[in-house]
Formats: sequence, structure tokens, C-alpha cells
Amino acid sequence: MNFFLLSLIKAVVVAFVLLTTLAYLQWVERKVIAHIQVRLGPSRVGPHGLLQPLADVIKLITKEDLLPPYVNKFLYLAAPFFAVTMALLSISVIPFGAEIHVFGTSTWMQLADLNFGILFVLAISSMGVYGIALAGWASNNKYSLLGGLRSSAQMISYELPLSMAVAAPLLLANTLSLRQLVERQSGYILGFIPRWSIFQGPMPQIFSFIIFMIAAFAETNRVPFDLPEAENELVAGFHTEYSSMKFAAFFMAEYANMITVCSITTTLFLGGWLPPWPASAGSNFVAPLIFVVAGAIALYHGLNPARRRDRLTLPVVAVVFFVVAALFLIPFLQGALMPLFWFAAKTGSLLFLFIWIRGTLPRFRYDQLMAFAWKFMFPVAVLNLLVTGLLVAVFS
Amino acid sequence: MDVILFLIFAAIAVVCGINVVVQSHPISSAISLIGVMGSLAVLYLLLGAEFLAAAQVIVYAGAVMVLFVFVIMLLNAGAETRKGRSWMAQLLGLPLVFAFLGLMAYFVQHLFPGAPEVHFGAFRHGTALDVGRALFTQYLLPFEVVSVLILIAILGAVVLARKELE
Repeated sequence: MNFFLLSLIKAVVVAFVLLTTLAYLQWVERKVIAHIQVRLGPSRVGPHGLLQPLADVIKLITKEDLLPPYVNKFLYLAAPFFAVTMALLSISVIPFGAEIHVFGTSTWMQLADLNFGILFVLAISSMGVYGIALAGWASNNKYSLLGGLRSSAQMISYELPLSMAVAAPLLLANTLSLRQLVERQSGYILGFIPRWSIFQGPMPQIFSFIIFMIAAFAETNRVPFDLPEAENELVAGFHTEYSSMKFAAFFMAEYANMITVCSITTTLFLGGWLPPWPASAGSNFVAPLIFVVAGAIALYHGLNPARRRDRLTLPVVAVVFFVVAALFLIPFLQGALMPLFWFAAKTGSLLFLFIWIRGTLPRFRYDQLMAFAWKFMFPVAVLNLLVTGLLVAVFS
Repeated sequence: MDVILFLIFAAIAVVCGINVVVQSHPISSAISLIGVMGSLAVLYLLLGAEFLAAAQVIVYAGAVMVLFVFVIMLLNAGAETRKGRSWMAQLLGLPLVFAFLGLMAYFVQHLFPGAPEVHFGAFRHGTALDVGRALFTQYLLPFEVVSVLILIAILGAVVLARKELE
């Protein structure tokens, strides 16, 4: 098929899925945080508040778009645009799944496989800080300025351990291309332990994984590192003066960054789309099993309804789940769907970790944040890189 | 296609470069400089030096310029105030610029008379593998010397920033 047409289709599909995930990630976050805090969370708009993201979007679009006086107009308008562009850009190199064959054409579930893919991601993420820093500066507000300053200091500091933690698994894989990185992690040690970077010899990258995750929390300005928008000291930090869609752009950028960082972690450390145990041991039946169990539960509650409308809705949900489970069992679709399932499962678990930690940990103090980056994370990351390099040099 | 992209990004680089000097506010100048760095990275990429392009963005646009912006924001530097310029600079400025450009063109012509034409994408040794191999074999000594130099700079910074111990 035509290269441009194929790329266009893939780009549209990826953009659509990404934006939907963005909207619903926020719903998942509100629900999970609510249940951690023994609340119900959004429950009014649609069943279980499932239409809440849609309502939020309408609300944000129709809100008044304020332009405060004495702002630097160009930068004030450009900053949210820049932030969201940089946040959405790096998804283009992430491999979601293995090669698929449709209508005689074969293509990878990835927009572009650059042979310096991981460097591209680092470059884009290092540019992302400008959106926040300039938004804080251009707003002509001292709280915003403090938020912007904190964010740039924090992102410079945590980028060092982040890059060091990325370098260590690259030494094992010996490539910078994200697709090859996943392919090098295929296979099993002793027949059942996957050769993912966190388990792979000669130096399992478990320390890199932990350092990367901590630095990723800081890079995405998430709790416990959300100093740039610490609401009890800075009102709302760098986006205090933003309203309507410009505020939504920062919101989207934060969630897009979370998704990117979790996808990169999956690719680097958790074997990307590869299953955790071989297909010969039945890893292909995990997804149908989950959907069948979910469908069975929905059916049970539909037959013993707590509310009147459950009698109709829950069986419908159950049927949908059974159909999805059946789709996973069709051999023709299985090859394409299972990698996608594993990638989504791993990334989703990491995203859940982000939300879980937000609901659990308090915020760092600013001096603790800096001391932690420079006096603990950075030395540990360097040490880990040195040991990995030494072991790789000795054993290969 | 390559030539069009080259022209676009070369133009952006030149315009941003001029903008660095023309802008009166330090933040605007810094942002123009980021534009220069970014378009330079694209030019490297067009030439096939992909590792250099990524390093350019990561190091210059992503780290050095963030520090610049950070310091400007921290010091809250205001816009530059225009003083009366000397009539000498106004009179001689433009002719001197052309004289300088002419001189540069002359030197380039005479120092590299047989420089081959640039072909986009013909250069195939820009991957991380090639750069790494060159750094650790052919250019090992300069590489190590630069490392020592940077180490000295770091030590100097630590000494300067250290609190005075009573």
C-alpha cells in the first residue's frame, strides 16, 4: 500500500486512541482516588460517571477564555500549545505491537521506527519543560513564576538520573531503536523467566527500573513531585492564569506525558508487547479468560439485579465481553491482538501505579526534592550504570 | 524535498539568529536561540547525522537553554533599555557587515577550494554506533582531554558555589 496513506491511517488511529485514553485516564484517576479515599467519585453523568470526560470537555470548551492584562501575549498563548505538542509528539516512536498483516500488506504497530528512537524521546521530553516554564513566566503572576521556576529546576535535576537509568538497559540491548529493544528482550531464561531487561543477565535492571520510575514521576510533575503546581502554596502553580482550552492543554500534556513515560518504561524494562510467559504455556489464553470472567460476573449481576435497569444493561455488557473474548480466540486476530493486549496491560498497570501513588503519598518539601535528586538518585544511577557496563564488558 | 526542507530550516535558523540580537528582552532572545538550536538539529538530521541531531536537541535546546531561561527568570531580568547609539555605529554598521560577509566568503573560497558538493542523505556514518566507535578509537585522546576539562570545570563550579566554612 502507499506509504503515505498507510502512515496517515496509522497516525489517525494512534491519535484517536491516544486522545480517548487521555480523556478516560482522567476518569480512571478520579475513580481510583475516590475509592482510595472511600468516596464514589464521578457517578452522575452516565452509568458510573462514564460520560464525565465528555462533559468535562464540553465544559472546558464553552468556558470563557480569559487573557489577563500585562501578560506577554505571544508566549502566554504559545506555551500551552508547545506543552501539548511536545507531549503528544513522542508517542510517534513507541511500538505498540508486533508486525500485522492486513489485506496483503504488512505493517508494524508503530508510527516510525527511528534508529535513534530512545534519543528522540529524551530530546522531546527535554523540550517539554519550556511549555511549563514559559507559561509560568509569561503569566505575569508571582505564583505562576514560582511554579515555572520550580518546574525547570526539577526537570533539569531529574533528567540526569532518568537518562542514566535509560542508558543501562541500552547497554544490555545494544541498540537505540525501540522496536529492536523489544525484540532483544524476547525469549525465556530456564524456559519460564522472560528475558526482559529487569530480569536479564548479566545485570538485571531492577535498580534502573526503580530509578527511572521515580525520575518519571518528577518529570511528569506528579505527586509526590508536583511542586510546580503545589496548590496549598502556589494557588495552582504555572497554570494559575490559564482558563478554558488553554488550561485543558496543560491538563492533556500532563496525562499524555504520563502515558508516554509508562509506554517507554514498558518498552525499556518490561519487554514491550512480549508475553510474560511463553505461548506454549498458555499465555495467549489470559486475555480471553479475563474477558470471559468479567462477562460472567456481569451476567451474574444482571440475573440477580440490584437495580431495575441492571436487568437490561449488565447482560448487554456481558455479551460485549464474551464477543471480545471470542475475538481473542480467532487465530487470525490473535497474532495482532495479543501483543496489543500485553502492551496495554503493562502500560495500564504502570499508569495505575501513578494514580495509586497520587492517592497515597504526601508531597515532598522543596529542599528534600533537590537533595533527593542530587545526593541519592544521581549517585545510585551512576553506580548502576558503571556496574552494568562492567558486567556487560566482562560477560560478552 | 531535501533542498526545500533545507531552505526552510536554514531560513528559520538565520531569522532566529538575527532575532537573538534584535530582541530587547532576554527571554525573547533566549527563545530565538532555542529556535536556532532546533533548526540546526533538523539540518544535521537532513545531512544524515542523526546522533548529532539528537544530542544537539538534548544538550543544547533541552539542557543548556533551559538553564539560560531558568537564570533569566530567576533574576527577573527586564527588557533592555535603549541608550542613544553612537553616530559612528549607525553610519558604518551596514557597510562593515557587508565587508565582513565578503571577507568570510573570500576565505572560505580560498581555504577550501575543492570542497565537494553537499548531498543530502549520502552520509551514512552518523549513527550512534559510528560516532561511538570514532570517539573511542580515532579521537580517543581529544575525547579524554575534553572529559578532564569538563571535570575541572565542575570542580571549579563546586569550589565557587561552596558555602564559606567558618
